[in-house]
Amino acid sequence: MSETSSVELNIASNAKSLPVVRGAVERMAAMEGFCEKDAHGLMLAIDEALANVIRHGYDGRPDQPIAIRLTTVTGPNERPGIAVEVRDKGRQVDPATIQGRDLDDVRAGGLGVHIIRTVMDEYDYSCPPAGGMLLRMVKYVGPGNAQG
Amino acid sequence: MAEKQNSLIKEIRRSDGATVVVLAGDVDLHHSPELHAELVELAGERPPRLLLDLAEVPYMDSSGVGTLVEVFRRVSSYKGKMVLFGLNDRVRSVFEITKLDRFFTICETEEQAAET
Repeated sequence: MSETSSVELNIASNAKSLPVVRGAVERMAAMEGFCEKDAHGLMLAIDEALANVIRHGYDGRPDQPIAIRLTTVTGPNERPGIAVEVRDKGRQVDPATIQGRDLDDVRAGGLGVHIIRTVMDEYDYSCPPAGGMLLRMVKYVGPGNAQG
Repeated sequence: MAEKQNSLIKEIRRSDGATVVVLAGDVDLHHSPELHAELVELAGERPPRLLLDLAEVPYMDSSGVGTLVEVFRRVSSYKGKMVLFGLNDRVRSVFEITKLDRFFTICETEEQAAET
């Protein structure tokens, strides 16, 4: 996987910030040749990751830092993609406990991790020594959708 | 219901047996709590049928889907029926990813929703 260029967004842990991030992600996905469906999937996964940080990492406090880095990458079979890092300074949790729930249990909540797992090609949670959580995710342009 | 500045509810039409609620805007973490409160208030009127028009909802996240699950449960608790219609591909895909498309009644048009 070779990196080419990256964009970093620094936002406060306020749900009002989410449309700004969605707009940036959507624009970058279009530039990288993502189809409409995959661009929406990427945007949704990042949105869900940020929502989880706001709700669980920071317990809803709206003034805490979240850094999002979007990096264009080239993956398997030369497919272009976008790697995402979501870094926060909130509560640390054991990555092994971060799992999507049983969807047969129809109820509100707990769907964000399932969406990330379903939509992204790669994802990995870790606990950096300096505190907080780091989520790394990658989504590649779907086969046949690469442009240029 | 008092009109609220940031409400996603654009219009409410009440008729015998049905209440149609037209939503407009992104149903995301920022807007879902207020929408939840408003829809719960509407469900409290116990309309036999609650039809939600999502044609002007460009985006919905899991908090929005969760809001609709909770309202659905309230409507079902008094044997009412809740139907969604007018979903664009993006919004529909969120229901599909979360497998909630099998839980809700989803129609293309208001006419179809009214006939379910």
